[in-house]
Amino acid sequence: MELNNAEYTKVVDALKSRFPNSINDIGVPYETLTLSVDSAEIKNIIAFLASEELGFSFLTDVCGMHYESTDELGVVYHIHNLYTNTRIRLKTRLPKSKPEIDSVTSIFKSANWQERETYDFFGIIFKGHPDLRRILNMDEMDYFPLRKEYPLEDGTRTDKNDSMFGR
Amino acid sequence: MAVNTNNKVNIVAPPEGHSDAGFFATSLDKAVGLARKNSIWPLPFATSCCGIEFMATMASNYDMARFGAERLSFSPRQADLLMVMGTISKKMGPVVKQVYLQMAEPRWVIAVGACASSGGIFDTYSVLQGIDKVVPVDVYVPGCPPRPEQIIDGLMRIQDLIGNESLRRRNSPEYKALLNSYGIK
Repeated sequence: MELNNAEYTKVVDALKSRFPNSINDIGVPYETLTLSVDSAEIKNIIAFLASEELGFSFLTDVCGMHYESTDELGVVYHIHNLYTNTRIRLKTRLPKSKPEIDSVTSIFKSANWQERETYDFFGIIFKGHPDLRRILNMDEMDYFPLRKEYPLEDGTRTDKNDSMFGR
Repeated sequence: MAVNTNNKVNIVAPPEGHSDAGFFATSLDKAVGLARKNSIWPLPFATSCCGIEFMATMASNYDMARFGAERLSFSPRQADLLMVMGTISKKMGPVVKQVYLQMAEPRWVIAVGACASSGGIFDTYSVLQGIDKVVPVDVYVPGCPPRPEQIIDGLMRIQDLIGNESLRRRNSPEYKALLNSYGIK
């Protein structure tokens, strides 16, 4: 869990000095630098990472989370510095009653579809997104299927039961 | 009539009827059925691995053309047989239905493989649990994926249905009730 990587130290120090109150937890799980950050500051943090100074110019992934133990939602960003081949993972937590976070589409154009996907599956509202609607599921779907309170199985199945799938 | 001396060539047998010197008489149903069942134009709706098996079925080794289904129609308007092969997600369900609606009567549907028949292993919110939720299906081919022999067998069962179908079936109240149950017409 220690930051024995010079690039990691540089990034963490820069972020800590710029956002002293917004970086909560720092670790290196599964060999990727991971920061838990304040969801209100996410746009500023990502803009700073994407700037010339830090060079994290590639948004690999945006995905949602549902923490069942605390019943919170979350958004996870994976960002890649292609010059130094450094990856960083940013985790945010959002209250389920108001799952809103700033869109980063103004920084990374590629966030458009990824944020739509996160909205589609978790119902997270990305404020400032130009076209926030479902992308993969059918438009008529009236719930967010990867939230844990909804069953994985299809409600219309007629000739299957859980025992066929080892459940 | 020339006598066929090549035993390897299998010519379709005539339907039941009466024949004597210089004539052959049968019912119109049977003559039409014979013509239709040996000149099927299938529309392949292939989405996944069953579609790969279908490609083998159409290729030279298995050669579905031997059964009169030589010409695939990629336009539903000229197709007789909709072959749905592979997982159909719920988002694609309306597309399958639209393709079916664009086909002219008489039309048949074959669901190839476990996914098209029942959703298969995909017991999940995003997958249609069988295409018979959106269109009526005539023949189901089991398998995951089925071998080309099984797909050919399914096609031959379709041929049996076509060959034995009454010319009045598509006007019958039962058939209209079937379509109505899918919200068609």
